[in-house]
Amino acid sequence: MNLTLKIWRQKDASDKGKIVDYQIGNVSPDMSFLEMLDVLNSELITKGDEPVAFDHDCREGICGSCSLYINGEAHGPDRLVTTCQLHMRKFKDGDTIFIEPWRAKAFPVIKDLIVDRTAFDRIQHAGGFISVNTSGNTQDANAIPIEKADADKAFDAATCIGCGACVASCKNSSAMLFVSAKVSQFALLPQGQVEATDRVLNMVNQMDEEGFGNCTNTGACEVECPKGISLENIARMNREFLTAALKG
Amino acid sequence: MALDSKTPQGPLKDKWTNHKNKINLVNPANKRLIDVIIVGTGLAGGSAAATLAELGYNVKAFCFQDSPRRAHSIAAQGGINAAKNYQGDGDSTYRLFYDTVKGGDYRSREANVYRLAEVSANIIDQCVAQGVPFARDYGGLLDNRSFGGVLVSRTFYAKGQTGQQLLLGAYSAMNRQIGRGKIKMYNRHEMLDVVVVDGKARGIIARNLVTGEIERHSAHAVVLGTGGYGNVFFLSTNAMGSNVTAAWKAHKRGAYFANPCYTQIHPTCIPVSGDHQSKLTLMSESLRNDGRIWVPKHKKDVDAIRNKTLKPTALKEEDRDYYLERRYPAFGNLVPRDVASRAAKERCDAGFGVNATGEAVYLDFASAIERYGKEQAQVKHLDQNDAALVKKLGQEVVKNKYGNLFQMYEKIVDENPYETPMMIYPAVHYTMGGIWVDYNLQTTIPGLYAIGEANFSDHGANRLGASALMQGLADGYFVLPYTIGDYLSHDIRTGPISTQTKEFEAAENKVKSEIEHLVNNKGTKPVDYFHKRLGKIMWNKCGMARNEKELKQAIEEISALRAEFWKEVRIPGTANEFNEELAKAGRVADFLELGELFAKDALVREESAGGHFRDEYQTPEGEAMRRKEFQFVSAWEYKGEPKNAVLHKEALTYENIEVKERSYK
Repeated sequence: MNLTLKIWRQKDASDKGKIVDYQIGNVSPDMSFLEMLDVLNSELITKGDEPVAFDHDCREGICGSCSLYINGEAHGPDRLVTTCQLHMRKFKDGDTIFIEPWRAKAFPVIKDLIVDRTAFDRIQHAGGFISVNTSGNTQDANAIPIEKADADKAFDAATCIGCGACVASCKNSSAMLFVSAKVSQFALLPQGQVEATDRVLNMVNQMDEEGFGNCTNTGACEVECPKGISLENIARMNREFLTAALKG
Repeated sequence: MALDSKTPQGPLKDKWTNHKNKINLVNPANKRLIDVIIVGTGLAGGSAAATLAELGYNVKAFCFQDSPRRAHSIAAQGGINAAKNYQGDGDSTYRLFYDTVKGGDYRSREANVYRLAEVSANIIDQCVAQGVPFARDYGGLLDNRSFGGVLVSRTFYAKGQTGQQLLLGAYSAMNRQIGRGKIKMYNRHEMLDVVVVDGKARGIIARNLVTGEIERHSAHAVVLGTGGYGNVFFLSTNAMGSNVTAAWKAHKRGAYFANPCYTQIHPTCIPVSGDHQSKLTLMSESLRNDGRIWVPKHKKDVDAIRNKTLKPTALKEEDRDYYLERRYPAFGNLVPRDVASRAAKERCDAGFGVNATGEAVYLDFASAIERYGKEQAQVKHLDQNDAALVKKLGQEVVKNKYGNLFQMYEKIVDENPYETPMMIYPAVHYTMGGIWVDYNLQTTIPGLYAIGEANFSDHGANRLGASALMQGLADGYFVLPYTIGDYLSHDIRTGPISTQTKEFEAAENKVKSEIEHLVNNKGTKPVDYFHKRLGKIMWNKCGMARNEKELKQAIEEISALRAEFWKEVRIPGTANEFNEELAKAGRVADFLELGELFAKDALVREESAGGHFRDEYQTPEGEAMRRKEFQFVSAWEYKGEPKNAVLHKEALTYENIEVKERSYK
């Protein structure tokens, strides 16, 4: 396949940035999207140009590093995949592909397609944990049976990879799906009950401080989430928040 | 220097308890005066950082990723072992110990492995308390599955994302301490040297990967939880950024490097599809609970399958060779990884590989789908003879167990594994070798510790499935936090370590001059060009089977490639900015040194053991042939070029287990 790539290039956070056109040939349909970019970068370096910077690591859809906005969609046209799992067989010869970084006030661009997502970490510092020290004397793992349905739902929420596609897809740049996934995981487990009130208040407060927008129930986040995190989690977080706020 | 493992005296089962009772502790008020640097935030580094901060130490943690949550432990799929015996199938601490020593082909340290088995149950308790959502059965209790090389079900799991859930547990424990200010987190930082002052590790030199700034960081002790070096093969199941740099820099400062040739080649990975390939993807060993591995019995069927004139599903049962079940009836498809990988290579080398390149075998779920489907039909009082219904019900069960793995496979290969068998082939996955450590996990540099995959200690010549997560968390949660206290108890009066010393300055200058050299080099070729060539040498000559002639060639070729790299590599951009090519170049430079030591270690080890298979040393049936005179750990001391490295031997003694032929028949 021969493709035209229109890629966002931005030297650093202070640079204005612009779209630059590149031509690439001999693209195999079995390549992953990132392998296609590897080939482009190899050509650029050989020519003496600077390669396109993008975040990536595991290349199997679990680390959450990769974060490209491809033809106006987070992680591109396929569903339930990250960019690294997107394969070129989803495109055809002669296509023009726009590649941009996540766009959100809370995710400033570091370089080219790389953004700073430490706002997500800071939300987790505010309450994304259960306060239990390591001791070797914790109670036996089977001491509290947990209904399978609840355990499964907690697991589904916990599969969030923190990539930020939800924020990038949301017209308000809201982080509600991300935050609610963690709140839900703990809300569904008995171990999470003790700190439930503080957790949801602190995490929501930090989310607001980071400059993420509000949720208006559009649902784009759920559609674009590579892990299929459900909107139900947002509803659950809203209930948790209301209960916590009333408790004061 | 003579190697002293510092293994405590006394009966095996009492060693750890007695040791903990006797070592020095640090008073809570004094812990506040002590800094610890932890490099790497995977299961080992993350759990150690959280636990040391809970104890009261000031922790500085470093990772090259943009968040500690992205360390490559996150990609571990199948599970974590623990001797809980929840299934009542006869498991015990001793059995887990025995299986691990045998699985490692009698090349690991008895006392370390026993301690690992001992603390394994605590790990599960700790993780559940943190909110890790392990798989449960309908009674609400924890479920288990089986992994290779064992006859019990002791593996805890969270679908095919166990590593993710455990890492997020450790990450949450870290987050609590970051919020309290007890861990200072340095994301997008790469360690480029260890600073040794008066013979003790007292800090590191790190590069801020965003700004390019070279930074000095001091501490009373330094812990490396920096993972393995499988990416020396270029293609592996490791993440793109996984590297040996931290471990190698420590080696160059005096830490011995142990058993570099012990590499795990995992039997079930998605085969290579072309030259563009940047990494390989694992299909969890847990799939071998239900998947059956086979190739056609007859060459004519192989040809027909390769020409696509015959579908694998159409091949009759009697024309299939379930070669693991044939060769190893006792363990069948659940033999350990080294055995399964070699068996796949044997069939493919004999011409029975089922894809165009001849390097793939089938992993087939049809029998499992039928078995589960019939079971579900029985439970639901439906017709067990309705084949379509049974298939549908069976597929649902398989989807519940392995859904994400099947989806991953389909996305990469573009075939539906519920309908046609998966094609798989062995790929580099894990490195049992690593920095030599004593019983306290301390390296040969006082104050420098190595934990998790970065050290060599617990898996011998072959690691059993679901034991990497166990070891990473055992080291970080339950071993290091005790043993490091013994060392730090001598530092309560030391006060803060200054970075304004000649040792820090010398280390910083060394790092800077290497970087300057790389960015100013007038070469023409990208870093990957050299990395791929190194990978080919490693795979062809230091891979699943090795021999004297090829190992000697590999040593020469790697040495020549290293010289060419320093002359011909081109790094665009500057040192003072985000520059991924520069970061990659530094990592590949270290791989080019490690690769040569790896080949040298494999050459010296004139036996076959676990993942190290020498053509010259095999039984008439083609099994690995161990030799008594090689019952030792190879620990290499750095002396300039890898070819000058000096070998030290730590003899391995087995007092609680009988060393015998490792049979899975």
